[in-house]
Amino acid sequence: MDSAFTDSAFSGPARSVVLDAGDIGRAIRRIAHEIVERNKGAADLILLGIPTRGVFLASRIAASIEQIDGEVVAVGALDVTLYRDDLRLRPTRALEPSAIPDSGVDDKVVVLIDDVLFSGRTIRAALDALNDIGRPRAVQLAALVDRGHRELPIRADFVGKNLPTALAEQVRVRLIEFDDRDEVSIEGGSN
Amino acid sequence: MRHLLSAGDLDVDSACLILDTAAQLASVTDRSVKKLPTLRGRTVVNLFFEDSTRTRISFEIAAKRLSADVINFVAKSSSVSKGESLKDTALTLEAMGADAVVIRHSSSGAPHRLATAGWIQGSVVNAGDGTHEHPTQALLDAFTLRHHLRDGTGDLAGLRVAIVGDILHSRVARSNVLLLRTLGAHATVVAPPTLLPYGVNEWPCSVSYDLDEVLPNVDAVMMLRVQTERMQAAYFPSVNEYSRRYGLDIRRMGLLPPHAIILHPGPMNRGMEISADVADSTRAVMAEQVANGVSIRMAVLYLLLGGMSEDDRKGL
Repeated sequence: MDSAFTDSAFSGPARSVVLDAGDIGRAIRRIAHEIVERNKGAADLILLGIPTRGVFLASRIAASIEQIDGEVVAVGALDVTLYRDDLRLRPTRALEPSAIPDSGVDDKVVVLIDDVLFSGRTIRAALDALNDIGRPRAVQLAALVDRGHRELPIRADFVGKNLPTALAEQVRVRLIEFDDRDEVSIEGGSN
Repeated sequence: MRHLLSAGDLDVDSACLILDTAAQLASVTDRSVKKLPTLRGRTVVNLFFEDSTRTRISFEIAAKRLSADVINFVAKSSSVSKGESLKDTALTLEAMGADAVVIRHSSSGAPHRLATAGWIQGSVVNAGDGTHEHPTQALLDAFTLRHHLRDGTGDLAGLRVAIVGDILHSRVARSNVLLLRTLGAHATVVAPPTLLPYGVNEWPCSVSYDLDEVLPNVDAVMMLRVQTERMQAAYFPSVNEYSRRYGLDIRRMGLLPPHAIILHPGPMNRGMEISADVADSTRAVMAEQVANGVSIRMAVLYLLLGGMSEDDRKGL
């Protein structure tokens, strides 16, 4: 693909593209299939994206599920800022919008969707936030990239790509809805 | 932001940040669990030297929704009635580990003194000082205006607001005039000359003595209570005459453009500055103002206390 070409053409050794637009599209379609398969259909599903990019991923996965199953899936956003455990380690963060579908989450299957799964602390915060909103029948987790280095006993049910990384490296997800293109890259590190 | 002392200290960005944060926090009110863990372990002291029910309760609910511990220090039932000074009260609160002090005082400038004298380390929030300022009231009014007359985002550019009544004794008017200017709106204060403060011509607003002339040209009208408890002299001949010239009744409500809304910071004196049928009309948004007050105060407490403290940041 041409993204591999542009990657070698203009970026230095500290940056490499691991998923291009085509790879991201395929990963999203596969995650959509897996969600439908695991839940034996799309009834009672709610996809909750974690801002910022998780929300865009959630609507893409929902569109994909609709193509597969013909069922319209409820999509929402869940901002976890107020539940984070590192609030006092940083200057005050601005809040992102939350949008819970009108049906509520009680007795539904909620799939949390994030772009990168790393320490697991964001997901811990999301589980706490969800607990205050209602009582889902089950909670599942989908991430476009799992880069390892978990600090909590949390694991994803659906993963776009497992990406072994060094702690010093940064995984950057770009999505066309928010950035200039679809791309996942690894930046920095000591190599 | 370390303290919130004056609406004049806020620039457009910080004012909009508070309004946007409040908009996100408002959704908590609709949930079955109306609580967030964000300020767990922090202590907020409500230090009220002056009677206030709604502001104190509003701050108390806001702090509790964010899981902060709240201590209500009411001057009438405390050592202040035994002659304790503001300084000694502050030192006591500091020794007890208050992270934020919400202060209402009958003397203008008391919150500023508390914030700058070095008596306490925590944040100070002005909940009304004398005839000076009441910044969270101005913020909740701006939030209400933005919700009704704009699409709930951004500033208030081009909005025209009349502020009517006892401008002289009103900290609400002063804070509103400053914040509306910052947000790009234009305020007109309307009052009898006796109820306008000295130097009002230097305020960033227009001044009028004639309510009927102003009403057709505004998007919102804010009625203020006549604060008889602060009046040591006769500022107008009679309640009836005041009401006839500056009260908002059904006839005057008809002069407003169809989209205009009516605000009042409360408590209302029905029959004086506002007639009962106007207060109960669908264009009056007092109940929303109260609800928005909780969201605004949650936003202020979150932005002051939610992140790393100012001292920790210096240590980095």
